[in-house]
Amino acid sequence: MNPRILAVTTGRILRQLRHDRRTVALLLVVPALLLTLVYYMYADQPAPPGGAPSTFDRIALVMLGFFPFIVMFLVTSIAMLRERTTGTLERLLTTPLAKADLLFGYGIAFGLAGAAQAAVAAAVAYWLFDLETAGGSGLVIMIAALNAVLAVALGLFCSAFARTEFQAVQFMPVVVAPQLLLCGLFVPRDEMAGWLQAISDVLPLSYAVEALQEVGAHAEPTGTMWRDVAVVAGAAVLALVLAAATLRRRSG
Amino acid sequence: MEDAIVLRDLVVDRGRRRVLHGISCAVPRGVVAGLLGPSGSGKTTLMRAVVGVQVVAGGTATVLGRPAGSADLRRRVGYLTQAPSVYADLTVRENARYFAALHGRGRADADRAVADVGLGAAAGQLVGTLSGGQRSRASLACALVGEPELIVLDEPTVGQDPVLRAELWSRFHELAAAGVTLLVSSHVMDEAARCDRLLLIREGRLIADDTPDAVRAAAGVADLDEAFLRLIRANEASAAVAAGAGGESS
Ligand SMILES: Nc1ncnc2c1ncn2[C@@H]1O[C@H](COP(=O)(O)OP(=O)(O)O)[C@@H](O)[C@H]1O
Ligand SMILES: [Mg+2]
Repeated sequence: MNPRILAVTTGRILRQLRHDRRTVALLLVVPALLLTLVYYMYADQPAPPGGAPSTFDRIALVMLGFFPFIVMFLVTSIAMLRERTTGTLERLLTTPLAKADLLFGYGIAFGLAGAAQAAVAAAVAYWLFDLETAGGSGLVIMIAALNAVLAVALGLFCSAFARTEFQAVQFMPVVVAPQLLLCGLFVPRDEMAGWLQAISDVLPLSYAVEALQEVGAHAEPTGTMWRDVAVVAGAAVLALVLAAATLRRRSG
Repeated sequence: MEDAIVLRDLVVDRGRRRVLHGISCAVPRGVVAGLLGPSGSGKTTLMRAVVGVQVVAGGTATVLGRPAGSADLRRRVGYLTQAPSVYADLTVRENARYFAALHGRGRADADRAVADVGLGAAAGQLVGTLSGGQRSRASLACALVGEPELIVLDEPTVGQDPVLRAELWSRFHELAAAGVTLLVSSHVMDEAARCDRLLLIREGRLIADDTPDAVRAAAGVADLDEAFLRLIRANEASAAVAAGAGGESS
């Protein structure tokens, strides 16, 4: 790996994104619109008893982690598939660029994009809709950005198994949907059947959601939160290693 | 000095089919070598083997004294793929600057490479909005920008207008005069006369490896197109004789 090549690769990926103004606008605006929708869905619901967080607070906090995860997975899968199908990947691999420069370049570039997205969504949730969390909003954005990096790593890996953009999009329900369903937002994890809990235990998004819930409930970062953050980071590294294995300098 | 490219009995299979049947040849340094042959004859496959992105089934490819695909060759070899491989959502200049930076070159080098392929006026244009010929020149600029010692160009002049083609070929000769080796493929024979050396490939077999003059002399005609035709016929005739000598001729 070479810091200069990593930096120019990250810059190149961000520059590509910047040329696509409509994608940038959708990236930043859509989460705010969805939060608005959820806010009004629950606006007339009675407050839960005993000082528990309101339904909106409970859902919005977890959604802040979902947005970068879903969107960056899709964006990365398509971007990497394009590198493969247009021949730029093959060309890059004949240059001094190391595989890690490319993979980390994507991780950093789209991680930043995910952080920006999370920051805008968090600003809307906290200021417009009075989201309340015991812990700081900085931690929420940090966890959301980590989710983006995890999604990028998974997207880089999954793009190797798609030949077309249609196929790449189909990996979304396969990779992302089960994690959303089993992460504990819809049914608390300890109320699920044992086998569902076992699946939930090996899905990295479950840990990201638990970390967010820890920030929601505790003023100071907890040990559980840091452990969860470490698990998500570890999963991202593992996915990057698997993605590196799919990048072959030589092919048939 | 050692040759820029040395192939020894190079065999390549692609998708269960043998595409190169034991190719041996050597390209000296500082020349423009033309790799000519009809579409599907294996030009791209041979070039991929030279830059080290092709899995080979047998034989060896040695490039600048090192096995093809060695890590240190990646800064010494430039490769233009047949289909333009540049980022459609970046401008010509941004593409050139990125590939320049990968080779440790600066912005001035990138801008010069863009001007050298005649895209100076379109430097700020998104590659996705360029014409086909412009796009392949943008791709060419990115292959030249690292100032490599060996440049492998897969059909760089397809779709270019005649004036530009002539300019590109004189640029190739300038580079060769400066000691750079170029391997340039083409499926149109009228480009053959512009090369210092010719490799003629047909159905995965090399049927000529010489200077244009020697090829003309061997075939006994002045026209290279006609010369190739005769060499192919002679080659097929000797192959038929060889098959006949094998006993089972029908
Ligand atoms: N990816 C591939 N898989 C299987 N066969 C291939 C592949 N690429 C090329 N071929 C076959 O290999 C032969 C040589 O192709 P190629 O090297 O591209 O020829 P040329 O560049 O001279 O047109 C052709 O018959 C082609 O169909
Ligand atoms: Mg070809």
